Formats: sequence, C-alpha cells, structure tokens
Amino acid sequence: MSLRTPLAKVRGLGSAKEGTDHFWKQRLTAVANIFLVSFLIVLLIKLAGADHATVRHALAKPQNAIPMLLLVLSGVMHMRLGMQTIIEDYVHSEGTKVAALMLNSFFAILIGITCVFAVLKLSFGA
Amino acid sequence: MSGKGCICMAETKRTVERPISPHLGIYRMQITMLMSIVHRITGGALYFGTILLAAWLVSAAMGDRAFATVNELFGHPLGKFVLFGYSWALLHHMLGGMRHLLWDTGRGLQPSSADILGWLTILGSLSLTVLLWWFGLSLRGGL
Repeated sequence: MSLRTPLAKVRGLGSAKEGTDHFWKQRLTAVANIFLVSFLIVLLIKLAGADHATVRHALAKPQNAIPMLLLVLSGVMHMRLGMQTIIEDYVHSEGTKVAALMLNSFFAILIGITCVFAVLKLSFGA
Repeated sequence: MSGKGCICMAETKRTVERPISPHLGIYRMQITMLMSIVHRITGGALYFGTILLAAWLVSAAMGDRAFATVNELFGHPLGKFVLFGYSWALLHHMLGGMRHLLWDTGRGLQPSSADILGWLTILGSLSLTVLLWWFGLSLRGGL
C-alpha cells in the first residue's frame, strides 16, 4: 500500500517537486548545443587568425550574433545543471554543498550575462 | 575512526574492520567506464573553459588593445595547447552526449553495442579534433 495521494502520483513530481525537470532541461539544452556548438566551430574556423575589425563585424551580424546568444544561454543552462549533479555527487556536507550550489548558479549566470552583454555591445554599440 | 573515548555504541562498533561492498577500485577498467569518467571530466573542464569564450567575446567588444592581448594569449604555444584541449573536450563531450541521447531511447545498451559506442566516442573525438585543427591551420597557412 502506498501512502502517496492519487494526485501526487498523477503529478509525478516526487519529493523534490521537480519531477523530470532537471533531466529534461539537460537533454533539451544538449540537443540545442549539438547545433549551436557546430555553429561555433564553423565560425571560429572562419575567423581563425582574423584581425579585430573582421571579428567585430562578423560577431555584429545577426546571423552570427543570434546563434552566439543562443549558444551562450543554452550552454550556461546545460553546464549549470551538469555541475549541480557533480556537486550533489561529491559534496556531502550540507553547508559546503549549499554554498557550492549557490556559487555554481552565480558562475553560470555571470558567464552568461557577460557573454550576452559583449555580443549585444558588438551588435548595437561598439 | 578510532572509538577511543567515545561512549556511544554506534561509534565503538565501527572499530571492527568489516568487509565493504566492492567499489570502483575492484573493477577492471572498461571502455564504457572510462568514457563515463572522461565525460564528467570534460564536462567539468568545459564549465571553466567558458571563461575562454567570455574573454574572447568581451575583448572583441572592448577594443583593439584588449582583443590583441587575448589573441596573444591564445596564440602563445601554451594558449594553443589549452585551446586544443578545450576543442577536444568540447567534441568529446558532444559525441559522448549524443551517445547518451541514443541510450535515452533505449537503444545501444547491449554490452557489445555500448563498448562499440565508447570506442566510437574516443576515436571520433580525437580524429575530429585533429581534423579541425589541421583544417583551421591550413586555412591560415600554418601555425
């Protein structure tokens, strides 16, 4: 006999109330990253050894700036989820774990906002 | 570890050396196991490697001098080595991730298929990395 209510069972969110959210977002961003990382590799090869003006103009173009922004967003979401798993696997003391999880979020958001700011500056006002 | 001076029973019992269940050290290294470890390590490396992408984008947005400085760092032999490692980690994690996506559908989980997928991941990532650098460098006309 289960003590779970029929509603809890049908929602399927589990004790953390997140259900498959972490798993799903990791997969969603993984699939997006396949395309976005491929874009980055092609762009970097095209820009290998290019001077500043060429790089600036390339990054300011919408067809490069938009995938770059998508890559940054999808990338930092993916890496935050991944590092969260690593921390939860290896850091067992509660205080250190919570601190590490917070730092993880701060780092991911800092990198994300920094890159987004740089790309937008190149596109709109550099 | 020692129960000396401890009055609680749970602690004193721990001084007995009990057999523990087999952990990582007891297994022969297998390709699936190695690829699992490498997937996590490359993921962790890529996490901090995003600083490289951020540095590149920010310097491009800042101006000529900042961009030249970052370019100089990336162009240094040590910088090139780091970038080479970063590109390998990226490709390896990507191929390993595609393997995971395949596994998510329930396919490729037989021991024989999983082994093959593991070998494809490492051989694919190494050859793709070399190929990309060879291609990129030949476009530029050498190191």
